[in-house]
Parts: sequence; structure tokens; C-alpha cells
Amino acid sequence: MELSMTLDATTKAPIMSAKNVDVFYGAKQAIDDVSLDIAENQITAFIGPSGCGKSTFMRCLNRMNDTISSAKVTGDIRFAGQDIYSSKVDVVALRKRIGMVFQKANPFPKSIFDNVAYGPRIHDLAESKDHLEDIVVTSLKRAGLYDEVADRLDESGTGLSGGQQQRLCIARAIAVDPQIILMDEPCSALDPIATAKIEELMEQMKEDYTIVIVTHSMAQAARVSNKTAFFHLGKLIEFDETDTIFTNPANTLTQNYISGRIG
Amino acid sequence: MPDYTLTTSKQLQRRHAAEKRFQWYGRIAIAISVSFLVFMFTAIIFRGAGAFQQTEIGLNVALEEQVIDPQGLRDAGDISRANYKPLIMDAMQDIFPDVSERREKNQLYRLLSSASVFELGERVAKNPDLIGTTQTLWLPASSEVDLYMKDKIDQDVPEELRRLKDRDIAWVETLRSQGLIKKSFNKNFFTNGDSREPVMAGILGAALGSFFSLMICFIIAFPLGILTAVYLEEYATKNKLTDLIEVNINNLAAVPSIVFGLLGLAIFLNFFELPRSTPLVGGMVLALMAMPTIIIASRSILRSVPQNIRDAALGLGASKTQTTFHHVVPLAMPGMLTGTILGMARALGETAPLLMIGMIAFIVDVPKGVTDVATALPVQIFLWADSPEKGFVERTSAAIIVLLAFLIVMNLTAVYLRRKLERRW
Amino acid sequence: MNETHIVSSFTDDMNELESLLLQMGGLVEEQLKNATLALKKSDRELAKTVLKGDERINDLEAQLNETAIKILALRQPVAVDLRSVVMSLKIARHLERVGDYAKNTARRINTITKASAFTGSVSTLVRMCEMVQSMIKSALDAYSKRDSNLAEEVRHNDEYVDQMHNTLFRELLTYMMEDQQHISGSIHLLLIAKNLERMGDHVADIAKETQYMVTGEWPENQRNKGDNTSKMIIDLVDIEGK
Repeated sequence: MELSMTLDATTKAPIMSAKNVDVFYGAKQAIDDVSLDIAENQITAFIGPSGCGKSTFMRCLNRMNDTISSAKVTGDIRFAGQDIYSSKVDVVALRKRIGMVFQKANPFPKSIFDNVAYGPRIHDLAESKDHLEDIVVTSLKRAGLYDEVADRLDESGTGLSGGQQQRLCIARAIAVDPQIILMDEPCSALDPIATAKIEELMEQMKEDYTIVIVTHSMAQAARVSNKTAFFHLGKLIEFDETDTIFTNPANTLTQNYISGRIG
Repeated sequence: MPDYTLTTSKQLQRRHAAEKRFQWYGRIAIAISVSFLVFMFTAIIFRGAGAFQQTEIGLNVALEEQVIDPQGLRDAGDISRANYKPLIMDAMQDIFPDVSERREKNQLYRLLSSASVFELGERVAKNPDLIGTTQTLWLPASSEVDLYMKDKIDQDVPEELRRLKDRDIAWVETLRSQGLIKKSFNKNFFTNGDSREPVMAGILGAALGSFFSLMICFIIAFPLGILTAVYLEEYATKNKLTDLIEVNINNLAAVPSIVFGLLGLAIFLNFFELPRSTPLVGGMVLALMAMPTIIIASRSILRSVPQNIRDAALGLGASKTQTTFHHVVPLAMPGMLTGTILGMARALGETAPLLMIGMIAFIVDVPKGVTDVATALPVQIFLWADSPEKGFVERTSAAIIVLLAFLIVMNLTAVYLRRKLERRW
Repeated sequence: MNETHIVSSFTDDMNELESLLLQMGGLVEEQLKNATLALKKSDRELAKTVLKGDERINDLEAQLNETAIKILALRQPVAVDLRSVVMSLKIARHLERVGDYAKNTARRINTITKASAFTGSVSTLVRMCEMVQSMIKSALDAYSKRDSNLAEEVRHNDEYVDQMHNTLFRELLTYMMEDQQHISGSIHLLLIAKNLERMGDHVADIAKETQYMVTGEWPENQRNKGDNTSKMIIDLVDIEGK
């Protein structure tokens, strides 16, 4: 079956585009010839069963796979037209532009303020102490956390509740002013209320950022994303508008997966 | 009809019996080990406690200027080296006027420690104003008198086999009845170096030797061990070479300590010609010994730092080095410090490698720095345990108590640091 | 596509929904069949059973609504399941309407049998009834077999129903003009014909919804509207002039 995995020509150029990406862990192939485009200021969701490669693929987008020595990535991944795997690319700059939020909320065991201030500090984004404070407060506000922690910025970030920790991680990611935020199952450890808050936050953040989210919850993908990509056994099976995927998927594998059938 | 019965059966009884039996095995095992420990500690404390007290004899000594400082120069060196023996003997004569025979006078004098003349000299030198006055001075009794006072001389032993004769005992009793003999806190034990005379032998030299050695050990082993661990854990790619290094580090941890001593002898003393018998070399050898332990402990601590902390920093665009030194190492530091202290505690107890580099010499002077010749606590214990004089028996135990106190302090420091610095993630 | 969900009770619920709808469809079919027979034979007793039978359809629809809402609430169906549930709801509504028209038809039979008979028109009506009946049957088949082509055919058949309606309309108008005594009977027959035409439309919608349920897309080609009675004028002059 011929599938058009790219966006139609009417939308503007994608902020990221991947072509024929393969990822190997040693001899094992984790990603098999995946091509897809990520549109700016949209939420793109990656869904699929465990081990389908959705997280692996997402970690290619900011080269987090570099930390795994056995991982080898081939193919062409471009961010705003530049090949991110080119030897000239500064990974630090790349990760500054493409932030990441992880499955398990992982605040540093430091104060809430220092957590958010860490990124701006290492990238020298703040011109003065006041400016740094400004960045921290703005980021916390954007992450919808400021009101809850305004009076205890010097308390440990690990003392917050799970949902607050995750929003702190989002604030931390926002603080370095990235263009894209990758979210790796950000709500998998959260209760439905905390999840709803983060989903609402994503909806608001969409105006300023491009969001890519990996999620186990199809309902979440359906709720938050504009486009959904379905991965299966390392392959991209289907990539389309989210409403199409959830009302009328083109591929039987997608259909079986999202409707909870034995695939 | 399903079976809803809850109360059964032989199986349950058997299971309970087995559980109880197992718990009892555990309790018995604990009881045995605790009783061993209690036995060891009581034995050591019982034997060693005496060493913290010392018998002193009070004498009215006339400090005559002609004897001490005939020229009146008040030179501290000359004053301390003056001949105090006649002064002391005169003072003794005052207490026991009946004793007139020269040989008996000498016997009387021997109730005091042979070191009491030096002690007296030191005191006068420190306070020259005493010259020309008569002072009531408490001077250390001889080791035999000391033991007698502590009821450690078996009087059933025939007189000819005893060093403290019946007449000596009678004199001591006389002194006791006049209140001129007393037991007081043994300051010397904590302020003196080693001595041939048990009464004068102190632990300070050995303790400082150990302390300096450990300082050197820490200064060398801690940074080296931690840098090695950080590099191996955070940076090194996994290949044959790093595997080999890892295996060898594990092997080194198991190498007998005397081998490290030989290594130190061959390299530090013979090749680099560093000063023999010094805490500097001792510390270096101990560092060699403690390093594998520190590396292994530090690596396991580094491994226990959650990966997601590294991910968080890398994901923000921190470089590898920033990630490691801003986050991973600070988080691992309490654990690494603890590991280091425990490794050093082990090194503190080591005797064998120190023997090889000559820290077993008989050294009276208290070391003032790392390049002064010195001995160490476990070596001192070994030396005293080996000495024939009976007075050293209790000092050996006392030295063990000091060593154990050292160890306990170090372990408590480790616990404290861990509690204080540890951060939950 | 695999019909078995990993959670088998989900499949059970979906099966229950389908069986309720088919039961409903069967009843509607039965009602229409009886109404036709009653019309053909002027059988008042049979017409009465049709009047009573409608209640059962309404009950079934209520039951189906409940099941569908339960599935939506508890299973959060997506893709084909979602389409099945939502379309089943809509189809049930259409079936219920068809049932109502059958009941209305049966009620009129009572009146007609008292008025003068028009054998010719009645036989056209009966043909129309049979046409609609077969459409319902095919539509239900298409639903249960998930057969988009069959559904397309059903939609196409509605055109014939509309054409018959046009013919009957013209025929009855003519009758009424010829003899004023025929007016009351003719009006009832006309309304029965209108009922049948509406039934056809509903069944065509059922077919369309079945197609969406199966393919996920609404059929693009617009169905030909065969019904043009709304524009029909027959002047007395035309008839007299013949």
C-alpha cells in the first residue's frame, strides 16, 4: 500500500524532517526506514506498542541516542534544513533548541529556582541576576506552576508532587527557550488530574513551541495531538491527522492497535 | 461447592514451625557473634582500663640551686639535664628515716620510675621559679609499684620470683598509710611517645603517625580514586582495555597488604629514596592499598545515580563534563566520601605494609610532620604486645582501645557525612 | 481486520449492540410485511397486531441506546468501533421511524377498508411496500455483513420507490378529480404512499450510514432524488381535455 507520510504542500515547510532513518543497537535494528515531517507549532504524537521504536526515534531528534554507545543512526534528519547528524553540528546547541521532558519526572535534587535556572546558567542566557530571576519566573508561569510554588522557590524540587515535578521539568525545558520540546511519555506516572493539567499546558504551549510527544495512552494522543504517527516493530506504519487516525485509520495494524484488537 | 475453609492443616503447622526454626537460627547466630564481640571488648577494656591510670608518689623535694643550676644561668636545657637523683633520694630519706644502708636507699629510690628524674627535670625547666623552694611533687611510681597498686601482682608467687620484694611492698603500704601514694589519670599515656619504661610509654607518637599517614593516604587516594572511578564510569568506552583495567582493580582489592608493603619498599624507598619509616611513605603505601576499595565503592555509587538525572542535564544541553561535575559527582559525593573513609579505616588497621617500610622502629619522639620518623597505632600495638615487661600488657590493650576509638570516630564521621550530605532523588 | 478485541467483554458488548440492532431491524421488517399483507387483504385484525407491535421496537431502541452509551462511556471506542457505535445509534433511530410509518400505515388500513376500494392503486402500493421491505432486508444484510457495495445498491433502489410514489401521486390525484367521492379514500392512500416514500428515504440513510461505518468515509455521489411530487400540478382542464 502506498502511503503518503509527508504533509501536503499547502502547509509551510516542516521544522524537522526525517528521511529514511534507521537505528541500530549493535546488530539489532530498532528503527527501520522511517521518514516523517514534524510541523511547526503543532503537537505530533508517536504511538505504538512497547518496543515499537517510538521513543528511540524521538531520541534521534535531539541526538539523545548519542549517550548509548552501541546505538548507530543512519539516514537524514534535518532541523530547519540543517542535518543534525553532521559533524559540524554542536550537540549542545541542538539540545538547547530541542528540549526534552522525560517519562519519569527528573528534577535535579536542588531548589526549584536552581532547577529552572540551570539551563540559562550553562548557556549564559541571563545578563544579570534580575534577568535570570525573570527567566525563571516566566518559565514557571508558562508551565502553569508559578502560583503553586511562588512562595517556596528555594525549596527542593524533589519535594513537589509528581505532577508538579513534571511541570517543573517542563518549566526547566522552557527556560532555555527551545523551538521544539520532546516529551517522552510525560504523564505515564501521573494521576488523571495532573495529566489533564499537563495536557492543557501543552495545548497552550503549542502557540510558541513545536511539541512531539511519545505516549502509551492512545486517548492522550487523541486528546492533545494534531498529528499522530503509529509505529510498529520499528516501522512507521501510519502518519496522519489525529482525527483521521482515530476515526478512520488507513492501515489494519493501526486499526487493530488503536481499537484494542489482537493485532 | 468451592472450598472456603481457612483453618487447616498440618501444612500450616509445618510452615509455622519452619519459620520459627529459621528465626531461631538467626537469633542464635546473632547471639553468638554478639557474645564474641562483648567478650573481646570486655577483655580489652578490662585489661586496658588500668593503663589510663598511673600510680604517683608524693615527695617533698627541696629543689636546691647548687644541684640544679649552680651557675644561675636558668638555661632550660641545662636545668632539665641536671642530676635530680640525690634530691629525690633525700626526699625519700625524709619519709623513711630508718633506711640508711646505701643498697636499701637505692631500692627505695627504685619505687619511683626511672623516668621520674627526667619528669622532674622537665617540670623544673618549665617553671624555673621553683628552684630554691621545697615542693610537694607527685612523681610516677615504677611499673612494679604501679601494678601492685592496681592489684595485678600475684602475692602468692614466692618472693624470689617477684621483682617487687616483700620489703618494697611494706614501703608502699607505708606510703599508702601516709597518703603519699595515689592513682591519678595517666596523662603521659596520651602525651608521650614510645618508651622502654612502661610507665612512660605513651600512644601519642603512634597516634600522630597514624593520623599523618591517613592524611597522606586521603590526599592521594581520594582524588585519584574518585577521578579514576568517574572516568571509568562516565567517560570510558567499554572495550577490552577498560575491561582489563576493571578486572585488575578488583584483583588489587584482594591483594594481601604485605605485597603493597613490598611494593612501597621497592619503589618509594629504594627507587625514589624517600625517607624511611615516615608517615609520608606509610601514607603512600596505604593509599595504594585503599585506592582499589575507594574506586570500587565510588563506581558503584556513581552507578546508583539515576540515569534520568544525567538525561535531564544532557537534555537541557549540558555538556558531558558539565553533567558529570554539576550533577553526578555532587550526588555521588557523600557515598564516595563514605567509601573513602571506610577504605581508610581499613588502611588504619593495617600493620604488614608498614612493617615493610620501616615504621616498626622504636621511636620515642612524637612526630611533628609527615617526614618525621614515626610508627603507627597497629604497629605500636604489635611492638608492645611483643615486649617482655609486664607493664606493657595493659598498655597494649589500651592502645587497642585507642585504635578502636579511632575506627569508631571514622565510621561515625562516615555515617554523619552520609546523613548530612545525602540527597534523595 | 480482526474482530476480536484483547478485552473480550468489549467484543461481547459490540456483539450485543449489533444483535439488538438486527433484532430491531427484523421487527421493523416484520411490521412492514404485516402492514402490507393487511393492506393487500384488507385485514383489520392483522393491522391491529401491527399497531401493537410498534411498542416492542421502541423498547428495543431504548435498550440499544443504553448499550451504546455504556460502550461509549466505558470502552471509549475509536476508529471502526466508534463508527459502529455511533452509526448503530443513528440507524436505530431510522429504524424506529420506519416502524412508526408502518404503524401509521396500519392505522390507515382500518379507515380505507371502510371507504371504497381502489384495486389498481392498492396493488401499486403493495409493490411499493415490497420494494421497501426488500430494501430494509438488504440494508440490514449490508449492516451485518459490513458490505458497502450492497449498501450502495440499497441507496440506488430508493430511486424506484420515489418513482412509484410519483406515479401513485399522479394516479390518485386523477382519481380524486374524476370523482369527489374518492377523495377521502385517496387521501389515505396518498398518505400511505407518502409513508412508504419516507421509509425508503430512511432506509437509504441507513445504507449511507452503513457505508460510512464500513469505510470511514461518507459516500461522495449524491443519491438521485426521484421524488418530485412537491412540484406536481395536474389541472382539471388537462384531464377534461383528454
